[in-house]
Amino acid sequence: MLLTKPKGKEKLINLFLWASAFFTVFILILIISYVLVKGVVHVDLQFLTDKPRRMGAEGGIFPVIIGTLYFVTLTIIIATPIGVGAAIYLNEYTRENRLTKIIRFGTELLAGIPSIIFGLFGYLFFVVFLGDITGGWSLVSGALTATCMILPTIIRTSEEALKTVPRSYREGSLSLGATRWQTIYKVILPSAFPGILTGIILGIGRAIGETAALLLTLGGSLLTPTSIFHGARTLSMHLYMVAMETGNMEKSFATGVVLIILILSLNIIANFILKQLIARHS
Amino acid sequence: MQARNKLEENFIKYLLLLCAVTAVFIITLLVVFIFRQGLPVFGEHGFLNILLGKAWNPTASIYGILPMTVGTFYVTFLALLIGVPCGLATAIFLAELAGEQVARVIRPAIELLAAIPSVIYGLFGMVVINELIRYMERNWFLNYLPENYRWGYSVLSGAIVLAIMILPTIINISEDALRAVPRAYKEGALALGSTHFQTIFKVILPAAKSGIISAVVLAMGRALGETMALIMVIGNVTMLPQHGLWSIFAPVSTLTGVIALEMGYAGPEHRAALFAVGVVLFCIIAFLNSVALLLIRRGVDN
Repeated sequence: MLLTKPKGKEKLINLFLWASAFFTVFILILIISYVLVKGVVHVDLQFLTDKPRRMGAEGGIFPVIIGTLYFVTLTIIIATPIGVGAAIYLNEYTRENRLTKIIRFGTELLAGIPSIIFGLFGYLFFVVFLGDITGGWSLVSGALTATCMILPTIIRTSEEALKTVPRSYREGSLSLGATRWQTIYKVILPSAFPGILTGIILGIGRAIGETAALLLTLGGSLLTPTSIFHGARTLSMHLYMVAMETGNMEKSFATGVVLIILILSLNIIANFILKQLIARHS
Repeated sequence: MQARNKLEENFIKYLLLLCAVTAVFIITLLVVFIFRQGLPVFGEHGFLNILLGKAWNPTASIYGILPMTVGTFYVTFLALLIGVPCGLATAIFLAELAGEQVARVIRPAIELLAAIPSVIYGLFGMVVINELIRYMERNWFLNYLPENYRWGYSVLSGAIVLAIMILPTIINISEDALRAVPRAYKEGALALGSTHFQTIFKVILPAAKSGIISAVVLAMGRALGETMALIMVIGNVTMLPQHGLWSIFAPVSTLTGVIALEMGYAGPEHRAALFAVGVVLFCIIAFLNSVALLLIRRGVDN
């Protein structure tokens, strides 16, 4: 709340601050509603269950939905243990020292790298160098590349979740004779679980929205993938490719609707969990 | 039993350590692999020829990246020019003016703005913003613009889209910086008879300076690295923008865009050149992020 009444020039500044804040909300509503309004009329059961034809300019997006599900699941299966493991090590096993400083610096650096650079790396390392194992352009290569990208998010949120677990839990468990790992596994992790879950959901959101890195690693195949060593494409990739390569904006917007609904639901779920968490702590 | 437990504990400890160093391992691999591909190109074609070359023509083996570098920074600076005032104002609003109720509407909106995939911004920009710019180009400025500046695909549309995309970064980090200013500063200024706005602009903002600058630097890093939304709106023409201020209507391309668009069909030499573009991009971003980290650390020390 403003503590003194604005006079003269201050009234203008006051107006500008209010306008900026409301512009931020307005632009969000504008973008979401524009895509929904333009796209929703082209979304029906057939669109969701049909194969794409003519590069996606006609038909539906069934293989793309399956590809997205495969890709996200695989990414989370790989990224979660590594990310949570790293957070446990940083928070439970060491004090701040030179090694943790290097690890934290590396994680921060990783978080700032643009996705197209991850694409170049993923192409060189997972698609070409490890091509015999990953099958070249494939779900595995895409998921491994995305893992590199969402790892910082998962480490950071997991660490924050671990920090909220009261010290007394650890002391109680250890004094009852539990080993360190038993304490972590049976006491700390269950207590930090909702926070960690929020981090994973945020990671899923990032993976779903990712496009640039996947253009160079996932292959972009329009066939329904039947193995993790096959190529695929995600909703974001499909939206881009349809808009740029076929010029069919209707199908693009329809894909955008599915994408936005997915992202919205993930955000609502993450917020819901966070609210439960805050309610429990207070 | 004791010995087995000890062994198991140690095994787990080292397994977790392995997880923790994965990030460092990835970043090392990333640098080694990209630089090993990209650096030789600088040797073959000449460091300056690549950095300052005005033509990008892969079929003739000419790889000058100046048009893309200029395009990248042009779009980025214009985006900052639009996005920073709006973002900073929103941050001040949230930290100083907004009541609980209003903040409860705005905060989730900012969160969501950060979560929307860049292709959605691209699609919106392509259909709505480009349409507006095209209208302006053809109805208001037709006589001033050359033929190829009339299609809506432009620096300006890229900058507008980017400005929206970097808002969350600017708002969140600036707000944190504003809230970190000790209460006593504000109380002191108000007690001396300053108005609330005088307090904000003369006391709180200067005290939060380093945090706000790091917000801008981080936003700049995000803007420089953005790929998809820009590809969809800026036209991807690898030519230097011309005609003075009218060049905000010029179609351009960016360092990121050229990689994303051309990797798919590039031959071996062309591909290597794209990795050289990646090296340049990586160096710019690494430099900016180090500056931001340093600023944030200095802010914490104070």
